[in-house]
Amino acid sequence: MLTKRIIPCLDIRDGRVVKGVKFEGIQDVTDPVDAAAFYNAQGADELVFYDITATHENRGLFVDLLRKVASQVFIPLTVGGGINSLDDFERVLSCGADKVSVNSGAIKDPGLIEAAAKKYGDQCVVLSMDVKRVDGEFRLFSAGGRIDTGIDALEWAYKGQESGAGELVVNSIDTDGVRGGFDIELLCAMRAVSTLPIIASGGAGTKEHFLELFEQVDVDAGLAASIFHFKELLIPDLKEYLNENGIEVRMLK
Amino acid sequence: MVAIVDYGVGNLFSLRCSLEYIGQECVVTGGAHLLSEADNIILPGVGAFGDAADKLRAKGLDALLRELAGAGKPLLGICLGMQLLFERSLEYGSHQGLGLLPGEIVPLAQDVGDPSCRVPQIGWNTLEPTDIGAACPLLERVQPGDCVYYVHSYYLPKSEVTAAWSGYGKAKVSGIVQRKNVMGTQFHPEKSGKVGLEILRAFCGQ
Repeated sequence: MLTKRIIPCLDIRDGRVVKGVKFEGIQDVTDPVDAAAFYNAQGADELVFYDITATHENRGLFVDLLRKVASQVFIPLTVGGGINSLDDFERVLSCGADKVSVNSGAIKDPGLIEAAAKKYGDQCVVLSMDVKRVDGEFRLFSAGGRIDTGIDALEWAYKGQESGAGELVVNSIDTDGVRGGFDIELLCAMRAVSTLPIIASGGAGTKEHFLELFEQVDVDAGLAASIFHFKELLIPDLKEYLNENGIEVRMLK
Repeated sequence: MVAIVDYGVGNLFSLRCSLEYIGQECVVTGGAHLLSEADNIILPGVGAFGDAADKLRAKGLDALLRELAGAGKPLLGICLGMQLLFERSLEYGSHQGLGLLPGEIVPLAQDVGDPSCRVPQIGWNTLEPTDIGAACPLLERVQPGDCVYYVHSYYLPKSEVTAAWSGYGKAKVSGIVQRKNVMGTQFHPEKSGKVGLEILRAFCGQ
């Protein structure tokens, strides 16, 4: 049986992990390779690296670190941030990324998903969406959640699937950072319009939130950043809890 | 030395890195001489079956791989590379494979019979060894309940060459296949964490 995935997300700027990250036994808390190795040892099922490098020149640092991570950590790696063209896909795929997550790039160029899916396969293209409730509908936001695009997020997810996206990351702006649980209502609405694997993001604060997520919505994965980085929740504890409660997860031996 | 067959299909970065990580000398090549000299051969692959099979044939690698496998050289197909070991695939029409193993690759979607089991299957699934799995070298260090990472839309239904399988809805997906020196994994050992590295080590005779 396919297991539910637990995915930590790491924000990278200028080749380093940003935001406070506290790892036991790791002195330099900002090295992406150490962070990746730590999460791999903890039993993370996949890692997401989000490149928030502001300048084009420093983009090279990101692929350098990606290459380093991919040569030491052998689990699926998803890369997002600054993906606007097929060249961007090529840049990260040739350095060890398995999947590429597109967000604003797909809004700027609606043909990008289809072109990338044709070239690299559906399984490689992840459509990532930042969603917020506006006037009673789920609205798609761009630029890291700052700009209201006016697009209906459910419609966007449906179109993304039609264009060849292989997976959806649904990030709820309303629940993000609140730590009150995932946005079950939004995720149910997404499930109803898409048959793709869904990665739920935004709102995780406790292990109970993950159980609630997997019990209430047919999603494939739960993604979180700060609760893992700050060790408020350890992946082995989370997985043991989910396993005890009848959710199939990959347990490390 | 292990030779990774380069025939213009897929990204070989992670596979090469994983072999280097386990200390296995390897070369990425489409050259007949290097392939013939190698102790073991890995046939990787992502993308569509028909296209990949055509590329192998265009480079004359189909005949060479058949010859080398026939002479007893260990050969490991990974993902689409595993599928290519079989007689044919029904992915977008009917396409001929290498015919080193008996069987036909079919669409996963027709057999899962469960809407919550989406296609492609993307993620970690448990490996269940079969009777022949007990003697399969790739499974030497695999424990009950170990998971491996799959990404695929077509599959070989559990058959007489299946050494380990994974359940997906009603489908019994062949995860590891083997007959003598010809082996394959539908999943990606180079993306399956420690379990995957152990499987690669076992193939390399470590």
